[in-house]
Amino acid sequence: MSESQDFVSRRTMLKTAGATLGAAAFARALAPVAEVVEELGAEEFLQKHYREMTPAELEVVLRRIEADALENYGAEVHVRDVRPREGVQFGYALNLSVCIGCRRCADACHRENNHDRRTNQSYIRVLEMQQGSFDMEHGDATYDHAVPQPGKYYMPVQCQQCDNPPCVDVCPVEATWKERDGIVVVDYDWCIGCRYCEAACPYHARRFNWEAPEIPAEEVNPDQAYLSNRIRPQGVMEKCTFCLHRTREGRLPACLEACPTGARVFGNLLDPSSEIRWVLANKRVFVLKEELGTRPRFFYFFDE
Amino acid sequence: MQTKADSHWVSYPRFLARALWSATDGGVTFYAWMTGLTAIALVGAHAWATQVAQGMALTGMSDHVSWGLYIANFTFVVGLAAGGVMMVIPAYLYRDHDMHDVVIVGELLAIAALIMALLFVVVDLGRPDRFWHLIPLIGRFHWPISMLTWDVVVLNGYLLINLHICGYLVYMRYLGRTPDPRWYVPFVMISIAWAISVHTVTAFLYGGLGGRPFWNTALLAPRFLASAFVTGPAFLVLLLQIVRRVTTFRVPESPIRTLIAVMRVTVLVNLFMVFAEVFTAFYTGGAHATAARYLYFGMHGATGLVPWIWSAVALNLFGAVVLLVPALTRRTALLDVALVGIFVGVWIEKGMGLIIPGFIPSTLHEIVEYVPSLIEWRVTAGIWALGLMVLTIALKVALPWMQTAPAHSHDG
Ligand code: SF4
Ligand code: SF4
Repeated sequence: MSESQDFVSRRTMLKTAGATLGAAAFARALAPVAEVVEELGAEEFLQKHYREMTPAELEVVLRRIEADALENYGAEVHVRDVRPREGVQFGYALNLSVCIGCRRCADACHRENNHDRRTNQSYIRVLEMQQGSFDMEHGDATYDHAVPQPGKYYMPVQCQQCDNPPCVDVCPVEATWKERDGIVVVDYDWCIGCRYCEAACPYHARRFNWEAPEIPAEEVNPDQAYLSNRIRPQGVMEKCTFCLHRTREGRLPACLEACPTGARVFGNLLDPSSEIRWVLANKRVFVLKEELGTRPRFFYFFDE
Repeated sequence: MQTKADSHWVSYPRFLARALWSATDGGVTFYAWMTGLTAIALVGAHAWATQVAQGMALTGMSDHVSWGLYIANFTFVVGLAAGGVMMVIPAYLYRDHDMHDVVIVGELLAIAALIMALLFVVVDLGRPDRFWHLIPLIGRFHWPISMLTWDVVVLNGYLLINLHICGYLVYMRYLGRTPDPRWYVPFVMISIAWAISVHTVTAFLYGGLGGRPFWNTALLAPRFLASAFVTGPAFLVLLLQIVRRVTTFRVPESPIRTLIAVMRVTVLVNLFMVFAEVFTAFYTGGAHATAARYLYFGMHGATGLVPWIWSAVALNLFGAVVLLVPALTRRTALLDVALVGIFVGVWIEKGMGLIIPGFIPSTLHEIVEYVPSLIEWRVTAGIWALGLMVLTIALKVALPWMQTAPAHSHDG
C-alpha cells in the first residue's frame, strides 16, 4: 500500500517537474514577445478607437505619437487631427493623354507620406500600358527605362476612394471606414493587421507595414495627421488618403503638385465651378473595373 | 436531489484532477511522442515570437500575396474540423451503434482542429496584441457585414459545442452515470448543421471578394465541403487504426468501413468539382482563367505552384482509385498509403493551391510569386505539433472512460 503511494507521489513529482520544465521552455521561446509587450505600454494597449475618443483623450494620443517619433526616429514632428469640412466631397481625375509615366507623383507620395525608405514604398503604382489595349494583363508596373516609350501609355493607380469600398466591408474591427468627405481612412492604432482589406481591394491600393518603416530623421515630413501621413506602426495597414492633412485645409495632394504635365485634377465635387466638375462634364470619363460596383471617386479621361 | 456526496462542486474538480493525471500518464512511447511534439511546438513558438518582434517581413508574404501558408493551413484545418462530423451523422442520424462507440473520436478531432484554426489566425495577425479589438462588445465587432466576424462566431461556437458534448459525455462516464440524452443529443444535432456552416462561412470569406476572380465563384463553398468530407474521414480512419494499436480501446471494424464508404462518394464529388472548375476556366479562357493558368501551368516563367498542384492531382487520383476498387481497400497498408496521399493532396489543393493563386496575378495583373519562409514553416509545424498534443491528450483522457461504460447505454 505505502509502496504504491510512494510510486504515485514519485510519479506526481516527475510530472510536476516535467510540466514546469515545459512551461519554462515555452516562456523562454516566447521571450521576444515579452520585450515587445514591455515597449508597448498600457496606455497604447488600451487606446480607444479614433471615433470613440473625446477631444481630450485624442490630444493625449497625439502628443504621445509626437514623443514616439522623437524617440524612435529622432524627428520633431507635429501631429494634428484634421476633420472633414462641411459641403466638401473630394474627387480626383487623371488625364491619360498627357501622363508620361515619369512617376514623380509616386515619388512625391513616398516623401510626403513618410514611407519606408528601404522598400521605396508609395501609394501610387504607374502601369505602362500597350497602346490600343485596356487589358492590364499587358501592363507593367516595374519598368525602368526612359519614358515615355513609343506605343505605350501610362496609367497611375492609387486608392480609388470607392463609394462602395469592399475594403471597409471586410474589416472585422472597423479599423477602416469612409469619412464624410469621401476619403477612406485607417486608424493605424486600431488595425489588427489581418490584411483582409488588402485581399479585398480590387486596385492594389493598400500597403501593409511588414516591419517598422525606416526613415532618416532629416527626411521625415513633420507635417502630419493622425489619419494620414504620420509614421505608421509595424504590423498595420495603410493607404492613400488624398493627403487629407493637406486637402482638408485647402491645399492640393502632393502627387498633383509634383506632376510635371498637369495630368492630375483634384477638387470638390459639390462645387459647380471646380475644375474637376468641368472635367466630368466635358471629357469622356471612365472608372476602373466599373463592373465590380465599387463606384470609384477616381476618374480617368483622354483628351480625345 | 443531489446528495452532498455527489455534488458537482466536489466531483467536478476531482474529475479534472483525475483527467489531468491520466492525460500525463503513459509509457515510454507516450512520453517520447509528447516530448517530440513539445520540441516542435517550442521551435514554432520561438519562430512566432521572433516574427512578432521583428515584423512580418520575416515571412514570404508581400503586398501582392498578402496571405500565405498560415491562412492556407487555416482553411485546411477548418475543413478537418468540419469533416470530423462525418462520424456524427451516421451515429446519430442513422443510429449506427458501432459508430456510437467511436463518435467521440471525431468530436475530439474537431476540437483539436479548431484550436489549430484559431492559432493559425492569430499567428497571421500583424498586431496580435490588439486581439481584443475583435471581441464583441469590448472591441468593435463589424458584424454582420464582415465575413471574418462570422467566421469568429462560427469557429468559437463550434468549439464550444464540441467541448460541451465531449466534456459532458466523459464526465458522466466518470461519474458512472448514463448520460442524459437531453443534455447532449440536441447539441449533437446542432453540431451537424454547425459543421457545415463553419466551412461554408470560411468559403464565403474568399468567395465574397469581387476583385479576386479565382475565388469569386459559387462553387467554392460546395467544393470546400466536399474536400472536408474527404479529409475528415481519411484522418479518422488512420486515427482509429492507431488507437486500435496503441490503446486497449475497442475499435469495431464497421465504423472504419462506413467512413470508407463515405469517402468513396466524397472523393468523387470533390474531383468532379475540381474538374468542373478547371473546365470553366480553360474552355472559356480570358482574364478569368489567368490564375488557374498560373496554378496549373505557370505564367511568364513563374511556375512556383505547378509542382504543388500536380502532386495534389496525382495524390487525389491515386487515392480515388484505391478507394473505388474494393479489393484494394481491403489491403490495409495500401489503404493507409492512399489515405495519407488523399490527406496531403487535399492539404495542397485547399491550402497553397487555393489561397496563393487568388493573389497571382495581383489585381493590377502583376505576377509576384510567393514562397513560404523558414519562419512560416516553423510556426506551421509548431501549430500542427500543438494540435496533435491536444488530440493525444484529449483521446487519452476520454477513451478509457468511454470504454468502461456499458455498451449502447446512450442511445440517441
Ligand atoms: S481602392 Fe481599394 S483601398 Fe481604396 S477605397 Fe477602393 S477598395 Fe478601398
Ligand atoms: S488589416 Fe486592419 S484595416 Fe485591414 S481588414 Fe484587417 S484590421 Fe481592418
